Amino acid sequence: MAHIELRNISKTFGAKTALRGLDLEIEDGQFFVLLGETGAGKTTTLRIVAGLEKPSEGDVLIDGVNVNDWGAAERDVALVLQQYSLYPRYTVRENLEFPLKSRIRQVDAADIAERVDRVAKTLQITHLLDRKTDKLSGGEMQRVSIGRAIVRQPRVFLMDEPLSALDAKLREALRTELKNLQMNLGATFLFVTHDQVEAMSMGDRIGVLDRGKLVQVGTPAEVYGNPRNTFVAQSVGSPPMNLFDGKLSSGKAVADAGFSLPVAAKANGSTDGRQLTFGIRPEDMFLESGGQAKAEIHDIENHGVAKIVTLRAGETLFRLTTSARDSLAIDETVNFSWNPEKVVLFDKTSGMSLRHSA
Amino acid sequence: MAAVKTRSEVALNRTAIVAVLVVTIIFLAPIYWIASTAFKPRHLATTIPPTVMFEPEIGPFVKLFLRRSQLREQPTQEEYEAAPWWERLVFDGGEKVVRDGRGEVQLSGYPDRFANSLIVAVVSTVLAVGMGTLTAYGFSRFKVAGEQDWLFFILSTRMLPPVVVAIPMFLMYRVFGLNDTHIGLIILYTAFNLSFSVWLMKGFIDEIPKEYEEAALVDGYTRMQAFFKVVLPEAVTGIAATAVFCFIIAWNEYAFALIMTNRKAQTAPPFIPSQVGSGLPDWTVIAAGTFLFLLPVAIFTFLLRNHLLRGMSFGAIRK
Repeated sequence: MAHIELRNISKTFGAKTALRGLDLEIEDGQFFVLLGETGAGKTTTLRIVAGLEKPSEGDVLIDGVNVNDWGAAERDVALVLQQYSLYPRYTVRENLEFPLKSRIRQVDAADIAERVDRVAKTLQITHLLDRKTDKLSGGEMQRVSIGRAIVRQPRVFLMDEPLSALDAKLREALRTELKNLQMNLGATFLFVTHDQVEAMSMGDRIGVLDRGKLVQVGTPAEVYGNPRNTFVAQSVGSPPMNLFDGKLSSGKAVADAGFSLPVAAKANGSTDGRQLTFGIRPEDMFLESGGQAKAEIHDIENHGVAKIVTLRAGETLFRLTTSARDSLAIDETVNFSWNPEKVVLFDKTSGMSLRHSA
Repeated sequence: MAAVKTRSEVALNRTAIVAVLVVTIIFLAPIYWIASTAFKPRHLATTIPPTVMFEPEIGPFVKLFLRRSQLREQPTQEEYEAAPWWERLVFDGGEKVVRDGRGEVQLSGYPDRFANSLIVAVVSTVLAVGMGTLTAYGFSRFKVAGEQDWLFFILSTRMLPPVVVAIPMFLMYRVFGLNDTHIGLIILYTAFNLSFSVWLMKGFIDEIPKEYEEAALVDGYTRMQAFFKVVLPEAVTGIAATAVFCFIIAWNEYAFALIMTNRKAQTAPPFIPSQVGSGLPDWTVIAAGTFLFLLPVAIFTFLLRNHLLRGMSFGAIRK
């Protein structure tokens, strides 16, 4: 198990910059999730840690040792990919044995058999051992692929969207399983995904990447409750944080959308008259008959446990969650309010949270 | 597959079957002609109209492998009866088997030429496909400065009709003592096929996801080990298709073989027609030579047919 540190990593592909000045530290035994959209540099980061890609600048340290010049084989990391991660033409057993048969590892045959059996049992794939990999379902493939990573007992597990190609039910099941596995192994995981639900539910810590820059690192709760900028506010959480442009005037948010509600948030620096963006999570907004703001119901999504209601105030659409039992109708005018404690203030021009910028 | 077919679909289907049959017959007719002639008695080989029904014999093949000369006088009854069955076949054709001073039977030029063809075609195919696969892998997986230009350059070696350079090649070969040597022809055919092989293999290797090798690299294997253990098994289809193409080209090559070789390393293609010119041609023997010459390519292609079917439909290997 290992501690990973990336220092000032930059990576360019020709004229394209994939990563810019990335600093990242992953503690021993941590489940670290790197969240970002396609092209944000998640996979590049992973490949740099794996040794499949050399950084244009900066250092990669594993357990405090600079491994910049080490090849992928020497770094002792395991990789699980979204697809194509199993060797075709091999059986499941051969796939699991493959990493152990490498010359640099020198595991003897009895030991290999024992380790393969143990891993197969852990992942409940014993019945698949003699099957060819092209006869497996997507979920089984990813299980085997995770098995091939575990069997080696590597220092670090690197996972590149391993669940993205699976259907929703299976993804949910494997999510829990993977998290449990990580805790049982006490292993260091670097998990890359574009799915914020995976990030929130699995990560000990989350790093949000935006176009090659690491915007925020923190626990899921920190990132969710106190996003560093509007990008993070919108990429974490489903539905995302509501954002309203407006101004602060004597403790009240005056939204351009045409309502004003109190704000309790303390901000650094002067805020009066400054163009701001107010951020509030959908679950921190309420429909109340006594609410001080009015909006029309634009859309209602029934999710069983709750309803997600899209409201329209002026031209602005925003969402809040409410009990599934509330009876509502589209185009009905409703009163709403929010929890003043939960409002996050962003500078409108820079998008930075005023809590972070000082 | 849906079993329900409309009337027009059935009609289309039948037309297609008939068309395929006609084309097949047209393509196979010359092969039937050669094959049947190879088993005909000599006097039936050139009849008009052609003889279709006849008792097949293997005389032409026996004659193909033996050095013969015209009989000046008929063998005596004892001589004929003492002769083994194959020698009688030669006597029947009005010829006799040539023997050296110690009475050893002399073989014709054909077996050696056939062996030369095999040696040259097999070795040059192995070399061209082997080198081509490695080169293609390099182009496919690594950033090569000026990659497109290099690939074009490699292909451009095929743009000149080979015969144009035959005379300069001949002169150079004479200086290096490569004329009429196996190695000379092998170098030539390998060079021919290499550009083709690089291009074809690059297409196939591009299709193999690089994730496979990367997984192997991370799993503790070197680039070379990953290539042999993971990439090569996936490339078998492409290698088979490329090998068949290269083998056919090398096996059939005529012009250079004619110019560069005359005896020791001569291959079958220039040898077979040279037999037509010597005296009154025995078409059955020539047909037998041609028929045998067809076999290796047919067998090779037949053995690799499963790979070929997939390999010819580029891009559809695995998706």
